[in-house]
Amino acid sequence: MSVPNESSTANVSRSIWAACLPAALVGLASLLLWEAAVRYWQLPRILLPSPVEVARAAWDERDALWRGSLITGAAALFGLLLAVFAGTLVAILFSQSRWLRTAFYPYVIFLQTVPIVAIAPLLITWSGYRFRTVILVVAIISLFPIVSNVTAGLMSIDRNLLDLHRLYGAGRWQVLRGLRIPTAIGYLVLGLRISGGLAVIGAIVGEFFVGNGTSYDGLGTLMTGWQARQRTDALMAAVGASTILGVAMFALINGLSGRWLRRWIPATH
Amino acid sequence: MCEPTPPTDTGVSLQDACVRFAEGSIGLRGVNLEVAAGEIVSLIGPSGCGKSTLLRVIAGLQPLNVGSVAFHPQPLVPGQLGFVFQDPALIPWRTALANVRLPLELLGRQSPEDATARSSSVLTEVGLAAADHKKYPAQLSGGMRMRVSIARALVSDPSVLLMDEPFAALDDLLRGRLLELLQALWQRRRRTILFVTHNIAEALLLSQRVLVMNAGGVQGELSLPWPYPRRAELRGSVEFGEVYTQVSRHLAEAGNERPE
Repeated sequence: MSVPNESSTANVSRSIWAACLPAALVGLASLLLWEAAVRYWQLPRILLPSPVEVARAAWDERDALWRGSLITGAAALFGLLLAVFAGTLVAILFSQSRWLRTAFYPYVIFLQTVPIVAIAPLLITWSGYRFRTVILVVAIISLFPIVSNVTAGLMSIDRNLLDLHRLYGAGRWQVLRGLRIPTAIGYLVLGLRISGGLAVIGAIVGEFFVGNGTSYDGLGTLMTGWQARQRTDALMAAVGASTILGVAMFALINGLSGRWLRRWIPATH
Repeated sequence: MCEPTPPTDTGVSLQDACVRFAEGSIGLRGVNLEVAAGEIVSLIGPSGCGKSTLLRVIAGLQPLNVGSVAFHPQPLVPGQLGFVFQDPALIPWRTALANVRLPLELLGRQSPEDATARSSSVLTEVGLAAADHKKYPAQLSGGMRMRVSIARALVSDPSVLLMDEPFAALDDLLRGRLLELLQALWQRRRRTILFVTHNIAEALLLSQRVLVMNAGGVQGELSLPWPYPRRAELRGSVEFGEVYTQVSRHLAEAGNERPE
């Protein structure tokens, strides 16, 4: 990002243009080049449709894409909420007992090293071809950043402040509520930024395994269906929709944390 | 407004206090110390000589391996001992007022309204304007943060006040003002004060007695007869210079580091 030297609004808007214009030009040029290449070499549409064809497919399938985005977005959001709830609870338990930490933390790390695609079929077996299963996949894939960040936050309280609480006879609960949890909120937001991206990935991977032909139709199931029917143009439109979903998730987390959690995030002080 | 605890004068005594840290290093090696009720004592010495450990032992934050700490005439209850840390150690998401109120909230002996009123009056007493009571620590200057930190230590009206290099990070002008504030507060209410410092002039301006510490023990002791309030001009006097030299000599014998 370029930093404006002068402070007048005209200069600021000019510098925003200056920052965005090169990227926009590169994007436009790539699209034109892509369109030209498809037309010049007459590439088969199944292999590579042109941008115009992708846009047309997106328009034709707008209802399915919109519905799929909502379902996948909902799965990602619910799964993320589940991960935040479960992860925070686990982190609080870890912060209260060294024994629990040393006994269970290795398994949390172990959970992280298991590739999620490897357990997704198992989850399908246990939980069925349904929305619930996708939420579980999302929750598991986005759990680790929450647990590790919140545990770190709960443990990294200021030593003097802890002494101060002890000096006035504060109990475990008072330290947790008054000191540990507020300190951990900034760390939770950091974890959420990582987990938010993982959640969308988890939702789409989960939907791949749920697969097409069920009553469930998120972006991932649409993709497997269109891939099977060799509708590459619609498939690429779905890739675009999932990208937008990822960006929306990131913006949502940043927006919420900026609005409600600001005073607990040390970086803003 | 109810007073949290009846003001009693409290003396402190340490008998053969020994601290050995988990990693094997020695914190205190057999310190014997008597501090009379209402006395101001400074502890001075090179880094790592055990000054801070001594304060933490008295505060009950550091257990003793051998020896004992006692308060007389009677043991302290929470709230009768205030602690000021080297950095202000304020909670960033609480306002100045809410930071000062924290000890009263933890003690839970007063109604929220009384606690707020008491906190506000102590903040005013240490020189924080009413407009600044609602500000967050990040919005306050270093000097104001230290004032808030002092107010927090005083809010429960302790009879013993422990201060661990509270002014080390402040400039000379600010340090002078806060030393005057501390003397004024002490003249109004004679708490027992133990003040750890690196700064000889600070120790001489503030305290009735200076203890020079080295390698976990008390190496020397000097009594300072000057009346209060002691103004900065005292630093120019001949007797101040003489005592200053004496303390410097003690410190030079104590070790490696020359303070200031």
